[in-house]
This record gives sequence, C-alpha cells and structure tokens, in this order.
Amino acid sequence: MAYSEKVIDHYSNPKNVGTLDKASKNVGTGLVGAPECGDVMRLQIEVDDATGVIKDAKFKTFGCGSAIASSSLATEWLKGKTVDQAIAIDNMDIVEELNLPPVKIHCSVLAEDAIKAAINDYRVKNGLEQLVFEEKGVH
Amino acid sequence: MLNLPIYLDNNATTPMDPRVLETMIPYFTQHFGNAASRNHPFGWEAEEAVDYAREQVAKLVGADPKEIIFTSGATEGDNLGIKGVYEMYASKGNHIITATTEHKAVLDTCKHIEKTGGEVTYLEVKENGLIDLKELEAAIKPTTILIAIMYANNEIGVIQPIREISAIAKKHGVLFFTDATQAVGKVPVDVQKDGIDLMTFTGHKMYGPKGIGALYVRRKNPRVKVTAQMDGGGHERGMRSGTLNVPGIVGFGKACELCRLEMDEDAKRIMVLRDKLETELMKLEEAYINGTTEHRLPHVTNISFKHVEGEGLLMGFNKNIALSSGSACTSASLEPSYVLKALGLGDDLAHSSLRFGLSRFTTEEEIDYTIKAISETVLKLREMSPLWEMYKEGIDLSTIEWAHH
Repeated sequence: MAYSEKVIDHYSNPKNVGTLDKASKNVGTGLVGAPECGDVMRLQIEVDDATGVIKDAKFKTFGCGSAIASSSLATEWLKGKTVDQAIAIDNMDIVEELNLPPVKIHCSVLAEDAIKAAINDYRVKNGLEQLVFEEKGVH
Repeated sequence: MLNLPIYLDNNATTPMDPRVLETMIPYFTQHFGNAASRNHPFGWEAEEAVDYAREQVAKLVGADPKEIIFTSGATEGDNLGIKGVYEMYASKGNHIITATTEHKAVLDTCKHIEKTGGEVTYLEVKENGLIDLKELEAAIKPTTILIAIMYANNEIGVIQPIREISAIAKKHGVLFFTDATQAVGKVPVDVQKDGIDLMTFTGHKMYGPKGIGALYVRRKNPRVKVTAQMDGGGHERGMRSGTLNVPGIVGFGKACELCRLEMDEDAKRIMVLRDKLETELMKLEEAYINGTTEHRLPHVTNISFKHVEGEGLLMGFNKNIALSSGSACTSASLEPSYVLKALGLGDDLAHSSLRFGLSRFTTEEEIDYTIKAISETVLKLREMSPLWEMYKEGIDLSTIEWAHH
C-alpha cells in the first residue's frame, strides 16, 4: 500500500511534536487509543483564557504513518481556532486532506477523539461540564 | 557500491540465483517436452531433466529420489502431507498434533480437518518459541496418527528440536510431518538423521523459482502413503497429478545443488552479518530479540523496539529497505502476529517488531546502511511517541486505563 504524498510529508516533517505542561489550567490533554491496538495519540491544546483561541497545540503519537500524519495535521488545524470551532473538526476532513485509504480511517477517528478529549480535559479544568460526543465507532 | 533498495525480507521469498535461471531457460523453449510423453525425444529429454533434478533435490535432504513428490510449493505440500495422511490413515485414528506457531498453511489445513471430523491438538510454545517435548508426548493418544511441527519458524527463525520430536513420534508409532520451508537450504536437514516421515519445502525460499516445491514421503521404515488431493493423470507415483513443471523442477534441482555445496559457507558469512545487525540494533534501549537465539536459523532475527509501532517504523525507511513487521497494520488482518503473541509477547511488543531475513546476496554495506537507518528512525519515532515519554517518566504503562477500541 502506497502512502499519499501528504501522509509522507507529515510523517517526514511532523508539525508540532512535543509536550505542553499538562498541569497548567490552560492546557487540555487528550490521550486516546491503546498500545495493544497499535495506536496511541496524545494531543494537547493551550487555550488563551481571554479569547478562547487555541494558542498552541502539540502531539505525540505511537502508531503508523497515517496516525502520525493525522495527529500532525490536527495540531496544525487547531492552532488559531477557538475551542468551539475546534469541536467541529470532523475525522472525514482529515481523511480527505490526507487521502487516507479505508483501512486507515480509524487513524482519523482517533485524531478527532483526541481533539475532543483534549477539549473536555480543558473544560473540566476550567469548571465547565464535559461535552458528550457521538461515538463514531469505526475502530 | 550500495544499491538501493536493500532486500531483507528473504523469509518471504529469495531472489533467484542467476545460475538457477541459466539452467532453466532451455526448458522453456528448446526442451519444452512433457515429462510424461513416453514416445518421443521431447518427452525423454524432459523426463531425464526431471529425474536429474529429483536426485539433486533428494541429495540435499538425504532422501531417495523416489521419495520426492514435486508440488507447486510449500502450501500444497502442507495440504497434501497433512490431509493426505489424515485420509490414508483414517482407519488408524483421527488425531493430529501441531503447534500454534505453525504457518497458516498448516494451521488452516488442520482447521479444515477439524471441520471434517478430525481432532487436532495445538501445542503452545514456550517463551523461546520452542515446543515443550513433555507436552508433546503427553498429547499423544491411541488415535493420534500425525505430529506436524515445523522445522524452523518463518517469523522468528527458531529451530524446533526435530530429532527429539521424531524420536517421540517413532516411540509411539505416530508419523512425523515437518514444514521445513525456511530450513532446507539454510541449515543441514537430513530426513534420515532427523527421523522425518514427511517434509515439505519449496524452491523460492532457497534461491530457486516460485511455483515449485517438494513433499518428501518416506518409503522405508515405515513406508508412508498419502491420499492424493487432486485427481488426474496419476503423476508422481499417484500422489500428485498434474503435468510436471519441468523448467521449475530443473531450477529447483539446481537451487538444491547450490545450497548443498554452498550452504555452510553462506551460513557462516550470513551469520556474521546477522549478528552484527542484531548486536548494533540491540544497543538501542528497550530492544528485544524475539525467540531463542540458541536454536535459530543463521540468517534470521526478529526484534521488537518497544514504544515504537512497526508500520510507522517501516515507513521511515521502506523506500530503501524491504522488511516486514509483526504489526497488524502491515497485513490484511488487524491482529498483530499470532506467532509473536504465542511467545507470550504483549500486543504492544508484537506491534513493535521487525523481521529480518538475510540472504546469500546480502552485503556488509547493506547491513551497515540498515543499522543506521533503523537506529535513526527508532530514535526519531521515540521522540514522537507518548509511550516512550511516559516510560522515560517512570510511568508504568500497564497501570493506565486505555480506551480500547
């Protein structure tokens, strides 16, 4: 199976690899997947209190090239969006952007889950209730 | 000169030796006869070539040429050997003993037999990949007709205690079948000394052509018979019908002869390269060799790089190095390698494995390049791995509640 150029590019030059201070009130962390499944994604967002805009986003991913590319792309998209805008990111947008084949759709779902988990972590830290998301269930 | 890409997936298939190709060519266009044509020179020539190749094949494994049945490859040999015995010896019993780390061609054949009323015991293997001989002996019952245990494993290269297994089989009057696809031509295999009753092997894993293999069927002490699995002209002493693949057989014979003459030298040289590869890669933190290193093929190693996923790892260099991984993502199924899991490896380590298969044609330059490329990719991906970060922080990953999908 050949990878799309965009997947190869994100894999070779991943954007925003790293770690934010997960203890900070402004940082939301989402850790999704499981080592047994061959995919673990950790996605973090740093939110500007005043504006609700995501100032920074970082990821670390254990997984195949498509999983790495999906999370790298997700961090690029998150930066500069408000939390509300970030919630709207759909896994199929990632699939389309990266030309993921059907067997790799779960990588995009994982990235969407990671975004939502990070947002919820941020919300809980700031006294907001967790949002309930619909299960995608494609894993 | 280093030529890219480098091929280190020789357990999947080997390149054909140019000397093999050379012997085959005349048998496509010039000596194209049907070996079963008894009434003209074209047939005689083909038959003579087949006879000669049969001797070359037999000689490599210490068999009599009459004990060699040509097949299309190891999968057919597994089917013919196991189903053939199951049907031929139905009046004696219906129980077969095999192991969980066998090739799918053996496991699925056994599953098929179970569906038709047979009984199969699947022995677990120890952490080192080898079966427990006591468990094997304990599994034998009055209805047991066959023990089917591979010679060497295709994923981790471990060599089963063949002589001990055959001694147990003989003691209990049970036939012993072995899938020796990965072993023949790489290490000395002798059906007499090893006490093997039936054995399958194939050309394309030993620098020969694809689509040609052999099933060894013992003729003396005891005389073994298998029920044919294909109806037809009664070729190969009635055990395998179908016009003989003469060019393939000629090439297979030549490949066997070259292995017989060069195996020792090849193995010595390849083992030095394999050991270098292994030693250098094991210098990385949290790298683990899968399976015993004591009883192992000289050209194989299987290493897990913890906290890095196999397919992600392959992607770092697979334009330039051909390798396979035990990770699920590289195969059609979503489960990681069942062989590695059978050793007791967690799914995480199974997902992190790479299988290396060197060959007669592997060079030191290629190994040096591979060591460098893999080491760099492992380090790069670990920088990107949340699991590695947690491990470095001293977090026990098994205490984390993962969201299983």
